[in-house]
Amino acid sequence: MSTMNPEAQSSLVTPQKAAPALPMAGTAAKVGRLPLRQRLLSLVNHSLVAVIVILIALVWSVPTLGLFISSFRPPSLIHATGWWTALVPPWSFTIQNYENVLHAQGLGQAFLNSLIIAIPGTIIPTLVAAFAAYAFAWMEFPGRDWIFLTIVALMVIPVQMTLIPVLGLYTMFTQATGLQLTGNYVGIWLMHTALGLPFAVYLLRNFFAGLPSDLFESARIDGASNINIFFRILLPLSVPSLASLVIFQFMWVWNDLLVALVFMGGNPDRAPMTVTIANLVNSYGSNWEVLTAAAFISMALPLVIFFTLQRYFVRGILAGSVKG
Amino acid sequence: MIKAIEEQRSLPTKTTARRKRFSLTPWLWIGLAVLFVVIFLLYPMFFTIWLSFLDATSTHFVGLRNYLLIFTNSSLLEVLRNNLLWLVLATVATVVLGLLIAVLVDRVRFESVAKAAIFVPMALSFVAAGVIWRFVYEYEPPGQPQIGLLNALVTALGGQPLAWITDSRFNNFALIAVYVWMWTGFCMVILSAAIKGIPSEILEAARCDGAGEITIFFRIIVPMISPTIAVVTTTMIINILKIFDIVYVMTGGDYGTNVVAVEYYQQLFNFNNFGVASALAVLLLLAIIPIMYFNIRRFRVQEAQR
Repeated sequence: MSTMNPEAQSSLVTPQKAAPALPMAGTAAKVGRLPLRQRLLSLVNHSLVAVIVILIALVWSVPTLGLFISSFRPPSLIHATGWWTALVPPWSFTIQNYENVLHAQGLGQAFLNSLIIAIPGTIIPTLVAAFAAYAFAWMEFPGRDWIFLTIVALMVIPVQMTLIPVLGLYTMFTQATGLQLTGNYVGIWLMHTALGLPFAVYLLRNFFAGLPSDLFESARIDGASNINIFFRILLPLSVPSLASLVIFQFMWVWNDLLVALVFMGGNPDRAPMTVTIANLVNSYGSNWEVLTAAAFISMALPLVIFFTLQRYFVRGILAGSVKG
Repeated sequence: MIKAIEEQRSLPTKTTARRKRFSLTPWLWIGLAVLFVVIFLLYPMFFTIWLSFLDATSTHFVGLRNYLLIFTNSSLLEVLRNNLLWLVLATVATVVLGLLIAVLVDRVRFESVAKAAIFVPMALSFVAAGVIWRFVYEYEPPGQPQIGLLNALVTALGGQPLAWITDSRFNNFALIAVYVWMWTGFCMVILSAAIKGIPSEILEAARCDGAGEITIFFRIIVPMISPTIAVVTTTMIINILKIFDIVYVMTGGDYGTNVVAVEYYQQLFNFNNFGVASALAVLLLLAIIPIMYFNIRRFRVQEAQR
């Protein structure tokens, strides 16, 4: 309502005459027509929208809140009353559930396993993809575009298409060398690297290609090798997009269930949290003191990353789907 | 300094001369990535297609028998039906809700807080979301205190508690709701960015001409962001086709909720039937190929505009 200038005010008195009389203030007069009624209407509209948005945000948050509160309630109360009754006194909270799942249910080990799987499962594909993306963006070679397009196309192939043959390859590898890949961290790192590569190459190549070419040419003329350019110029300049990619890949590996089930399902000692919790659900279907605490432990790290690095997270999403 | 470099560039330096010859360098840089993609994605893809024409133990060629089984066996047909229900309902719900929320959120002052609240579930694993919603859907027999939020609401309003997860009349919808809860935020964030990209003069001009908000939504906002809507929709289709975790954690595929990805897992590990499992995977791939084509075409258009 910044158009409420004196001209518009005067048009309130004689709205029909004011507009033609003041051609310069034509639009202002139009917007300012019936300001009081309009203002009331827009106030009602705005509060209505605000109420709807608040309601939606509540509906979206309440399920997680319920889980969070329940995880701190004593088991007897979880099964006796709804978690919302815990919001009013008498309060009765405990961290017993967390101690129980971390030790007795082995979730502490599972948390470590998740880290052991997710950290290399993020670093390896990011590095491999960055090397390739540099070549795709700044080197000329025959078949470059076709190879790149093939990799991009593979972004959408279902994981299911790859699992049986890869399991077969791992078995062959074990027969040939005696080294176990299935049920081992290395096996799952390699699989996550391959699954994360197409998106990583795509994202990084597009970012690298967007950098000014003078940068590379002048560095080359100054005698910098590709390795130097890559580590001294490219990577430092690409920190934002690398951050987005790392967050994405980390979340993807951390939250993955299917690949972990297939490659680690038979080895509970090395299984990540998703597998452990899925097993808990199967065996303790309604044992909420176990499930709520376990689920919240698995959510803690992604939530921290989300709230601290939301900017990069959103950027990664937008880069992956809009700007392309 | 820069000028000196500019001048130097026009001279036939070593670099430009070297670039003309065949060079091994690029292949070294992409080598590792190509190796990974070939071993873990390309070769397995073709091998799985081949396996889908072999029997359960991959020893005899059976032609299309695995596919025939999938399209004639009643429980497998139910799996396909469920996947179709997921595909249509979950896609439409996430995109439409995401769009509506993006438009609404644009008009409130606490936009970033509201967006974060709706977006947060995306950071969670499907497993955690499965636990969260099993708790929301928790069912106790009538007369007992309901500890599940949904049944507590139903009984507070005078209804009978419902077994949301096990009752095959609506359990598929209950599972789809969990997915919608998780992924609406994703659609909202992308669509919201697109809406903010619409020049405000256009919207103001329309308002000056007396267009209502609903007209503006359908005649200006939706047409202007339709490319983004297409991208979001295809992304959702690709994800939803492969839906696995929610169903695996919440019902294990029982009570008439099974989907292709869970059936694939069961064929693989419970029945050791590599033939049917591979055929199911190939069906997923076939459903995705048109979208792959669409993506590549879009990419080339973007490259041409560069």
